[in-house]
Amino acid sequence: MENKSNWVYSDVVKEHFMNPRNVLEDESAYADDGKGVVGNVKCGDQMMVVIKVDKEKGVITDCRWKTYGCASAIASTSILSEAVKGMTLDEAFHISPKDIAARLGGLPEHKIHCSVLGDKALRAAINDYYVRQGAPEKVVKEKARIICQCMNVTDQEIEDAVLEGVRTYLSLQEHTKLGTVCGQCKGEAIQLMQKYIQEHFGDKKL
Amino acid sequence: MDKKIIYMDHNATTPLHPRVKEEMSAMMDVFGNPSSMHSFGRQAKRRIEDARETIAGFIAAKSDEIVFVGSGSEANNTVLKLFSCCSHRCAVGQDAPREVITTRIEHPCVMEASHCLRDQGIKVHYLDVDAQGKVNKDQLKTLLLSDKILLVSVMLANNEIGTIQDIKEIARIVHEKGIFLHTDAVQAVGKIPVDVNDLGVDFLSFSAHKIYGPKGVGALYVRQGVPFCPFIHGGHQERGRRAGTENTIGIVGFAKAIEMRTEEMHDEHQRLLRLKQLMKDDIQKKINDVYFNGHPVDSLAGTLNVSFEGAEGEALLLYLDLEGIAVSTGSACASGSLDPSHVLLATGVSAEAAHGSLRISLGRETTEEEVSCLLDKLPAIVKKVRGMSTAYSMRRK
Repeated sequence: MENKSNWVYSDVVKEHFMNPRNVLEDESAYADDGKGVVGNVKCGDQMMVVIKVDKEKGVITDCRWKTYGCASAIASTSILSEAVKGMTLDEAFHISPKDIAARLGGLPEHKIHCSVLGDKALRAAINDYYVRQGAPEKVVKEKARIICQCMNVTDQEIEDAVLEGVRTYLSLQEHTKLGTVCGQCKGEAIQLMQKYIQEHFGDKKL
Repeated sequence: MDKKIIYMDHNATTPLHPRVKEEMSAMMDVFGNPSSMHSFGRQAKRRIEDARETIAGFIAAKSDEIVFVGSGSEANNTVLKLFSCCSHRCAVGQDAPREVITTRIEHPCVMEASHCLRDQGIKVHYLDVDAQGKVNKDQLKTLLLSDKILLVSVMLANNEIGTIQDIKEIARIVHEKGIFLHTDAVQAVGKIPVDVNDLGVDFLSFSAHKIYGPKGVGALYVRQGVPFCPFIHGGHQERGRRAGTENTIGIVGFAKAIEMRTEEMHDEHQRLLRLKQLMKDDIQKKINDVYFNGHPVDSLAGTLNVSFEGAEGEALLLYLDLEGIAVSTGSACASGSLDPSHVLLATGVSAEAAHGSLRISLGRETTEEEVSCLLDKLPAIVKKVRGMSTAYSMRRK
């Protein structure tokens, strides 16, 4: 992580935290084409992303946001709002948490979930745009496949657990209650957990 | 550094008192092992025993009731794990079913140690607290009806919200049943008068670095005649109660810090109370939707815990840090876990309010000017964070 100034986070995070870009100042005065809200104040993070879209080209022309959360959450949404301007909806849809973290010059592992919320909120806004345009068939559902049938735990939840620091099957069980009844899903769950660890933290020693 | 840094996180740790620093610097040359019989050893031993007397006197204990340890956490762990020792040579460990009572607002070192006891098959009861952070004494009485309780551990003053417990009354309740009482007094000793006989506790933990002494040294008061088993085994230091060559310089610094507390504590208490009131009044006047956490009266003079609706604590902390003001927060974000302060949640504060909390803890060097500076910066910072916040804009709808 690039950090010349001995601050908690990278210099890029610091800069975006000090000067957040594209904050949605007056919600009622902003005519958005799509809006997404994800997260929960109870958990300490909540983000709202609104977008304006050039309907002919399918390009995002403006992106504003609001975030309840820590410095890295604020910086994540701020840098995301800059990055997506000029992107096609399809490009924007495929921004990953890893992309956001990389643009920020890295985030501490336990803060990765902040950037996860950013891309989720953006996808929610894009889906909302499709619905408003009368094209609900374009809405892409968040991937969520049930892995543990007994406790109803999805692959998405396994990914979230990894992003929140889970690295072992035991802690995955504690975190999600997955595999605590019949245990049949253990093999697949471990595979998925390792895949997500590789995906999100692949360049780091595990 | 060109900007003046304002330190308002004294419950985390404190700067060395200049007199302590002096004393410790002079002590650097006293290198003898206090266990050695020769003059070098005797010289070091003498300094440690003098320090013990000073420190014991400060809490009205006898010298040989004080055991020097490495930290407040070690003192607390020593007591919590006392009754779980399974060595057959230990006079304390027992095979009979055992239960321990503590509270929901203890410091993590007590919390985690209690979880460890639970893993060893010892049942741990956690007392609830009311909205101001006071322990539920009726619940304690009910739990004490069980004949399996071995130890009760209730902290004297809370590190996050500052609430001071009625330990004297709790001791009376606990002793009626012939059970031992421990209190974690790390935040209390040196800030409020603490007299072990008046309180009536059997064990009491305290630490040097919270009261302008050095880090890495704490003390455990063990009432005479109470069973004991060392946490660290080895040599016969501390009369066999804590092995390891003594931290001579630290212990002498600790005693000096205590000596300075004797001189400064009373006036400082009055001064900090006034500064806290000033902060409360001003925050209430300048900022909407704020809630003060903790007890309005039975509270540490320098500790103010306040929640700002719709504003997340880590963001507030870091904006203050950029202005050169150091405070602390109960938000999960700052702790590395996903849960906000267990203390605030135990008082019934919502998760949102806990995430949006700041702990401002003043100390001996805090000036009115510094407080004014904080009060100048804080409203704009809260406004900025709220301006970006989904939570605050949704709330206002």
